[in-house]
Amino acid sequence: MLLTLTTTHRPATDLGYLLVKHPDRVHRFDLPYGTATVVFPEATERRCTAALLLEADPRRLENNAGEQLNRYVNDRPFAASSLLSAALNRVFRTAARGESRDRPELAAAPIPLEVRVPALRCKGGIDLAQRLFAPLGWEVRGVAVPLDPAFPAWGDSRYVDLTLSGTVRLADALNHLYVLIPVLDDAKHYWVAPDEIDKLLDKGEGWLGAHPERSLITKRFLAHQGALAKQAESRFDELAPDAVVVEDLDNESKPLNVLRREAVLEALASTGAKSVLDLGCGAGALLSDLVRGRRYTRVVGADVSVRALELASRRLRGRAELIQTALTYVDDRLAGFDAAVLMEVIEHVDEPRLPALCEAVFGHAAPAFVVVTTPNAEYNVRYESLAAGTMRHRDHRFEWTRAEFAAWANEVASAYGYTVDLRGVGDNDPQLGAPTQLALFKRSGVN
Amino acid sequence: MSIVDLPELSLVVLVGISGSGKSTFARKHFRPTQVLSSDAFRAMVADDENEQSASGDAFEVLHHVAGKRLRAGRLTVVDATNVQAHARADLVRVAREHDVLPVAIVLNTPEAVCWERTQARPDREFGREVLRRQGRDLRRSIGQLQREGFRRVHVLTDPSDVEVRFDKLFNDRRELSGPFDIIGDVHGCRAELELLLGKLGWESTVDGWAHPAGRTAVFVGDLVDRGPDSPGVLRLVMDMVARGRALCVSGNHEAKLLKHLQGRKVRVSHGLGETLAQLETSPVEGLVSFLDGLISHYVLDGGRLVVAHAGLKEEYHGRASGRVRAFAMYGDTTGETDEYGLPVRYPWANDYRGRAMVVYGHTPVLIPEWVNNTICLDTGAVFGGRLTAMRYPEKELVFVEAERQYYEPVRPLQAPSIASGGLSKLSEVTGRRHITTDYGTVTVPAEHAAAALEVMSRYAVDPRWLLWLPPTMAPAPSSSVDGYLEHPIEALADMRKAGVERVVCEEKHMGSRAVVVVCRSQEIAAQRFADDGSTGVIYTRTGRSFFDSAKTEALLARVRAAIDAAGVWDELDTDWLMLDCELLPWSAKAHTLIQGFAAVGAAGRAALPVALSVLDQAAARGLEVGELRGRVESALDGVHAYSAAYRPYVSEAEVTLAPFAVLAGKGVSYAARDHGWHLAIADRLVEADPSLFTPTRRLVVTPDAEASVTDWWLELTAAGGEGMVVKPYDGLAFGGGRVQPGVKCRGREYLRIIYGPSYTEPDQLAQLRQRRLGRKRSLALREHALGLAALDAVAAGRAFHELVFGILACESEPVDPRL
Repeated sequence: MLLTLTTTHRPATDLGYLLVKHPDRVHRFDLPYGTATVVFPEATERRCTAALLLEADPRRLENNAGEQLNRYVNDRPFAASSLLSAALNRVFRTAARGESRDRPELAAAPIPLEVRVPALRCKGGIDLAQRLFAPLGWEVRGVAVPLDPAFPAWGDSRYVDLTLSGTVRLADALNHLYVLIPVLDDAKHYWVAPDEIDKLLDKGEGWLGAHPERSLITKRFLAHQGALAKQAESRFDELAPDAVVVEDLDNESKPLNVLRREAVLEALASTGAKSVLDLGCGAGALLSDLVRGRRYTRVVGADVSVRALELASRRLRGRAELIQTALTYVDDRLAGFDAAVLMEVIEHVDEPRLPALCEAVFGHAAPAFVVVTTPNAEYNVRYESLAAGTMRHRDHRFEWTRAEFAAWANEVASAYGYTVDLRGVGDNDPQLGAPTQLALFKRSGVN
Repeated sequence: MSIVDLPELSLVVLVGISGSGKSTFARKHFRPTQVLSSDAFRAMVADDENEQSASGDAFEVLHHVAGKRLRAGRLTVVDATNVQAHARADLVRVAREHDVLPVAIVLNTPEAVCWERTQARPDREFGREVLRRQGRDLRRSIGQLQREGFRRVHVLTDPSDVEVRFDKLFNDRRELSGPFDIIGDVHGCRAELELLLGKLGWESTVDGWAHPAGRTAVFVGDLVDRGPDSPGVLRLVMDMVARGRALCVSGNHEAKLLKHLQGRKVRVSHGLGETLAQLETSPVEGLVSFLDGLISHYVLDGGRLVVAHAGLKEEYHGRASGRVRAFAMYGDTTGETDEYGLPVRYPWANDYRGRAMVVYGHTPVLIPEWVNNTICLDTGAVFGGRLTAMRYPEKELVFVEAERQYYEPVRPLQAPSIASGGLSKLSEVTGRRHITTDYGTVTVPAEHAAAALEVMSRYAVDPRWLLWLPPTMAPAPSSSVDGYLEHPIEALADMRKAGVERVVCEEKHMGSRAVVVVCRSQEIAAQRFADDGSTGVIYTRTGRSFFDSAKTEALLARVRAAIDAAGVWDELDTDWLMLDCELLPWSAKAHTLIQGFAAVGAAGRAALPVALSVLDQAAARGLEVGELRGRVESALDGVHAYSAAYRPYVSEAEVTLAPFAVLAGKGVSYAARDHGWHLAIADRLVEADPSLFTPTRRLVVTPDAEASVTDWWLELTAAGGEGMVVKPYDGLAFGGGRVQPGVKCRGREYLRIIYGPSYTEPDQLAQLRQRRLGRKRSLALREHALGLAALDAVAAGRAFHELVFGILACESEPVDPRL
């Protein structure tokens, strides 16, 4: 991977002093993850360029970072990433601090600079690069790299040949690159620990505080570990496999997921159930509410995802029983509950497999009450960010209109001897209905 | 000399006071492992076999061990005094819990002899009054034993002069291997029975009904009631049984008729009245003793076949108890009644996992359907349906239509119980599992099963369609040939080492592995697999459907048409087939993956040329960068070669299938067929529809043919082919699941996609050759064993999901994905 740094400041060769690298020598650095080389392809009075070339050693990468980065072939040896960023910091450490023994005034002054990163994976495209660098005084030019010239129909790759030009203090330029290259790449090569916050505050000093994209930069730089900034609790919802992607963008007084939980709790309360089974409990948001109420003598969360159950377990700390189950199997442990909840679960099951789920839940577990919620597809047009005809979450196998949900619910109720009551949850649009639909099933013969 | 007859499987309870010679008797007549001695258990829990205070714990453990042995069908002898009723009651309970007969053997040795022996033993410290008390208890007990539930009681006054003989249970007819004609519920339909016997090839001779091929008829019971001529049916069947040409188990209707004839009170209903009236005018001689002698189930053909009127769960096969008899005659009733007032029957067959085929009647069904190796032959002849028989071992169904409806059915004939979704039990797939197959035992750790559960339940097709999953395949051992990581020489050597004498080298298509299950019609699909409106499935190596149902059906229709045109259905006498294929082009399904590869190329092409020009400029300034430039240049060459390696697999062309094995069809696994046979069928499909099917190039040679295989492989891979798979020619089952069913030998350029653009650089190659294959090879064999077992189970109509799930669970084992 490669980065070049050019100045047209006169004399341009002062760049060598600022970087503490003699332009007429080849500078080699052995780093934990490869070899960095700094050379000057041009070094004249009018124009001087320093190039940082990093040869990452895939074998060393494999052993590094605790994650098997190179088990499959990947772009890391070629594309600019946090590796390059780390090398930059290491190789130009003095310059990045704004210090210079030989040219202290120059180090403190903005100079005309041009930076080129010929292969930078830009998650968010050139547009995001623009939004990140322009507020810092850079003119941004980006050329998208085609995915494969042999297949023009595939279009552009996520790589951009990025050129920044501006009159910027060298130290600032290096710090901008140190922070923003991995932010654009959005895939750090190492485990991000709490001390990363210190690095960010240090390198972002003087420019990040007022940056309009500060929150995005922070989030990505900290590898999306909201826990480092926010409470650990709030992060679980984001990581949950069933996290709703689109709905959170909706501007409501209360987020839909909160309204939905409230509606489910209310429906459960109305049944007088004492034991509740949360089927597809995910990271356990609803379970927390259920155990808090002290209304229930037994609360059990079930999910097929081991990861989700781990998150739920951390969140609940033994206050609810958790079991792994799959709703396409008969599981005797699910029998004998007053009520079961399928909150935003059925839409994650392939439609042809729904009869199996119904057999397992209504036929075998057969609780007295079942609460089911699912998105109302009609409401989707209200989500501006949602392209027409697409679903709210990429794992949704279907989303039903109110009529479709009602037809299914009635069919299930009559097949298994239940009665069903349907209602909406959230803002009720007169034409489209509410964003979430809820069905409360009651087994016949139950008071 | 007295003779003691014991059922082969029983709980033998020795009864006798201390010193009566129980242990000596036990040692003489039974194997040490069959004898559970209270002394030994006391020693086990208290370090002292005379520690009476430990008796409670000792007996608890003894009962537990006895239970485990009886569950496994092992004769068990309890060596304890057992002179008190409560002690024996516990043992009778243990026997009953496991449906085996409790037998008591009383050692009635004179007390004086016992006292003598006791005094001779230094470790016995109790006084004579203990023996006297035991003696009193014993005398009181002897008359009670039968009433306590012991089915046989032997009282021995001289235990030293005894011969112990074992006899079989009445239901044990394992020595009979047929062939059988198993006949469903007749219910007095004599005309239909005679027609059916005729259709089965039986002839009515002066010497009674006989089959020229010496077949034996087996009646599943319910010969009588409701129909027009129960006496006629009885006479016919009784004659066949008497002549040794038929077996008959008791149905609930026979049981009720017997009760009535024995003068006990029964409700005359469900057609019993008709039978009684018919018997009035047409008495049947010897009827009571015939009915009284009927047993409730038979175990036949070495344990491979069980016939019982209402079916029988595996724990009850070959067992004898009241509840076994009740299950066999009445089925597993849930205690509820349905809307017609009839008992709701628990669908025991859904849970059946036994190896024995269970053939039964009792519950009229429209069409007999295999459910986990069980089949119900009651097709409601008396209700105007059919009288059905099944030929065993052929598994052919033969039926005649009823002449008319003789009796009004209480409720409409039931669709088979599996139609209710056919859900497997979670407990059958999760947790740590040891799966025993004919090809070895495979252990699946709980965490792998947990991971597979997620894939299976969230992504896979309906498990009723998921008959098999392709096992992973190990690569050939790393090659020492210069510049190659994999090479034919090592692949052939590997086969040679496994004792393979002929191999087939098959072109490895670069596509996505696809399993195709296709039925001849939707009716067949509904009958055989699932009534979901489909005619088959096309799924990936993890069991996920490739396409939506419309596209799947469109492809299946073409596959079906090609099988039609090739005449394969009739030739193989099947109405469904499972094909192992590669689905092409690769980009059809792996588009995202390939674009991921492309991205690596894009990054390389963006970065490396700029780096080269930087270095060229630096060199022009006289800087020493030649070595670095060389590395960058060769990396760029690698990137070009890398992109060139995946490009041939990208195509906008229509999807095609390259079949290379025909895995199974109706009642048969084709794992034992050689690859020549498999490929010949594949060729005929290609011929029938060349636009849908892609041929597989192959070379059949001995493992010594290194030169010709190498040439062939080099040519194949030079033209952009992925490589080849080398398999034992004799087929999948070669080596009984203990030989790799194939090793892959991938092309030099293809491996670039896997190992990176510059993997052929000498230092990288040297390191890659150190790759370890042991785990992958072991995994491949385990999955292969499960796969072979799954094919057998599918063919035999046994439950197969646990096996298929096991394959998926094995795939959760972490192995280097590049292998």
